[in-house]
Amino acid sequence: MNGEELTEQETALYDRQIRVWGADAQRRLSKSHILVYGMKGTVAEFCKNIVLAGVGSVTLVDDREVTEEALSANFLILPDENLYHGKTLAEVCCDSLKEFNPMVHVSVEKGDISTFGVEFFGKFDAVVISCCSLAKKKLINQKCRKLSKRVAFYTVDCRGSCGEIFVDLKDYKYSKKKLEETVECQLEFPSFEDTISVPWKALPKRVSKLYFAMRVIEQFEDAEGRNPGETSIADLPGVLKLRKELCETNSVNESQIPDALLERLLMDTSEYPPVCAIIGGILGQEVIKAISGKGDPLKNFFFFDAMDGKGLIEDISEPKPVS
Amino acid sequence: MSSEEQLSAIKGAKVLMVGAGGIGCELLKTLALSGFQDIHIIDMDTIEVSNLNRQFLFRQSHVGQSKAKVARDVVLRFRPNISITPYHANVKESRFNVDFYKEFDVVLNGLDNLDARRHVNRLCLAADVPLVESGTTGFLGQVTVHLKGKTECYECQPKPAPKTYPVCTITSTPSKFVHCIVWAKDLLFAKLFGDKNLENDLNVRSSDATNLSEHSEDVFECRKGEDIEQYGRRIYDHVFGHNIEVALSNEETWKNRNRPRPIYSKDVFPDKLTKENGKTEKGSATDDVSAMASLGLKNPQDIWSLAENSRVFYESLRLFFLKRQKEIGNLTFDKDDQLAVEFVTAAANIRASSFGIPLHSLFEAKGIAGNIVHAVATTNAIIAGLIVIEAIKILKKDSNSYRMTYCLEHPSKKLLLMPVEPYEPNKSCYVCSETPLSLEVNTHHSKLRDFVEKIVKAKLGMNFPVIMSGASIIYEIGEDLEEDMVAIYAANLERALSELPSPVISGTVLTIEDLQQEFSCRINIKHREEFDEEREPDGMLLSGWVEAPVDKNNNKSIGNGESTSSVLSMEEIQEGEKDVEIQETSESAENVTGKKRKLSEVSKGTIPDHSGLPDESSRNQNQLEKLDVDDEDDELIISNDWESLTKKKRL
Repeated sequence: MNGEELTEQETALYDRQIRVWGADAQRRLSKSHILVYGMKGTVAEFCKNIVLAGVGSVTLVDDREVTEEALSANFLILPDENLYHGKTLAEVCCDSLKEFNPMVHVSVEKGDISTFGVEFFGKFDAVVISCCSLAKKKLINQKCRKLSKRVAFYTVDCRGSCGEIFVDLKDYKYSKKKLEETVECQLEFPSFEDTISVPWKALPKRVSKLYFAMRVIEQFEDAEGRNPGETSIADLPGVLKLRKELCETNSVNESQIPDALLERLLMDTSEYPPVCAIIGGILGQEVIKAISGKGDPLKNFFFFDAMDGKGLIEDISEPKPVS
Repeated sequence: MSSEEQLSAIKGAKVLMVGAGGIGCELLKTLALSGFQDIHIIDMDTIEVSNLNRQFLFRQSHVGQSKAKVARDVVLRFRPNISITPYHANVKESRFNVDFYKEFDVVLNGLDNLDARRHVNRLCLAADVPLVESGTTGFLGQVTVHLKGKTECYECQPKPAPKTYPVCTITSTPSKFVHCIVWAKDLLFAKLFGDKNLENDLNVRSSDATNLSEHSEDVFECRKGEDIEQYGRRIYDHVFGHNIEVALSNEETWKNRNRPRPIYSKDVFPDKLTKENGKTEKGSATDDVSAMASLGLKNPQDIWSLAENSRVFYESLRLFFLKRQKEIGNLTFDKDDQLAVEFVTAAANIRASSFGIPLHSLFEAKGIAGNIVHAVATTNAIIAGLIVIEAIKILKKDSNSYRMTYCLEHPSKKLLLMPVEPYEPNKSCYVCSETPLSLEVNTHHSKLRDFVEKIVKAKLGMNFPVIMSGASIIYEIGEDLEEDMVAIYAANLERALSELPSPVISGTVLTIEDLQQEFSCRINIKHREEFDEEREPDGMLLSGWVEAPVDKNNNKSIGNGESTSSVLSMEEIQEGEKDVEIQETSESAENVTGKKRKLSEVSKGTIPDHSGLPDESSRNQNQLEKLDVDDEDDELIISNDWESLTKKKRL
């Protein structure tokens, strides 16, 4: 009986959300384990959402020190030096998150995530990473995919007024409501590496410009050995050069990736709180859906740009051969 | 986004937030993080346990405290140097007048009821302060922007009224579970535990006047020497047995309907009941009194059998009389009153069983009876982010970029967050465009009281109206009225319109003002002799603005109470949650200015039918017209802005 039925306390606390996704989904959430890397503003929002939702546990990884910049978009960090002195970002966030829901186990894992083995990732049902270089994203994604158990994999990054989420659920079976019936569905997700390898020419014409722009910036940072977000307007010439090369290689017009957009992404690297709230919310919903196995998952990129206010989904995958 | 201009606009802004609940908590946090330094927040509620799953500023230890005050205290912890002024008060209080609103650069609503939103809308119009409205339900949400003279006001688009049901459906011919809930809650519960002086339709028989004398109030009163079990059985047999038999005797009613079956306690419980309840807790606090607990029914998600429901019916009745005797005669249904919820669930289920309607669990029944809005943190967070983005645009006076944004559960044309340009004000809106309304009424029969209650208060949403005919005030509600005026007004209420000291007849133009809302409107009176009792039970027909279509069979009707759902116009767009596309004809040919929104014709917004049965009629009414999407354009522009008649191209 223990762990099978929701306790009276859970039923009272989660009443309003059980009415959204059902008691069954709530039970699954309470048994799930989430790994989170890169404690910036958007990830703080995401963690708040899943802790409130009542997941089983959240493990935070971020050994960086607390800085002024970290304080600016992260409401989990109280601006009291006495409180955060000597602690890592993960540790400070952990303390705050615990308060939101005493039923969720929140903890910190120290160390370089690139060195963690496959078995480590196997302890989790979902892995969410932020502030990662191209190489790191590929590496962690591969490790997650090596496991026979399905570990949902997400990357999330916000720069200024833009935000991006990537989703990889491998081979995903789930159910959803269609009219009054429950329908079983299945989707196959490509890995991060496979996704970004899809030739640009093969993609539908109307794919969001933000997708291409983010890939250019990503590759630029990778080539220059920069940490994610470590760019400025001074890098524009270099970025435009890279854009030209990539567009030529992919046989697409450079106008697909406007200068103005690249400029914005280079200059506004710090997080913008309203965008953190939006992206953190979307991501939270996705992870909740994936854990509960209910509802269409986002496949496989989500973009938001506060400039036009659109939040859209792009399915970046190899076009299926016509049978 | 981090331009100097923007930063200083934010820093110097004075913002009013109305509501510190689901959206409010997320909004306050995001405003603080975004650099806002002077925020005022109004909320009259205190914190409850069920809030904690999403109103993340609140902790278990805060339960019972003021939301506005706690929200402020918690946010100050991570932004100690900003100013947040909380008001633990009702936004409709007179101190929140036009002068109060004028102090603010923008007003942000995070409310959960239509009434308050209309009120704030009018004050923002009167004060000429921009308003950002919002709402969420489950995974759906929206943010809308309202600027006087530039965009629609909140009331330009009629909002659906809470769903009501015809009286006869509730008393005689229920077909859905929600009908049984309304019966159990507003009739039976009210009759047994509520104010006995209130009118109650429980014994209404359409064609059986002769029996009424027998079935007077006595039936529901405990008789001398009757113990609880006898009383319980008698009530049970009366409402589930006898009353059904009486209804069955009227053949006409059942010609095209399934006949209900009467249920008697002896069939469900041949044996005595009291011995089973020997293990009831003694000395338990009133709060913990529960029939489920006493009967060992643990799971509120279980669907009980007829026998179990009947047990709960008796046990809850018994516990009310045993432990809460003092409250009987004063109780109103409260969704947080466990025993009341148990009683209503059981009664509704037994009735449902009688009528062949599927039974529901306590969890489901509570949601229906309590009009509970399902809610999660993520949607509120997304909406809060969108609100702040709009607020900043308003502060920068970036009028070309204002957007209404819809947060969808299922993507429409790849979009989960769909921005739409705001619409021009509705020229027929009686709130912001001062269009006169027309009222058809029988001026010799209808009394002023009917006019005040049904039109002025209910339809027009005025709280402190002043009604004038020419230069004379025929009625007003206010705080400092002289005694003799009060007497005159009281007398006027009982007069027919044509018999008022200043007669109201065909051709009269009434002016009605609400000084607090600084809102006034004119009504042209037109006399009409006949009104259809079924379709126009109020005997009055108000016209002049686009009304949300009402249930055709809406005769004298009973409502289930207003849902606290904040998502109202979303129904227009999200009905059925299918791949609904927000579209509009690009040529609004009928309209001279070419800007009137077509979606108003589609509004059949109804509060979601909780019975789980699809609402066929409303789905069919959602015929949205196709948009001519410009293929070259990357942007989905839905409507024209007010500055040009041509479609705008964007970057």
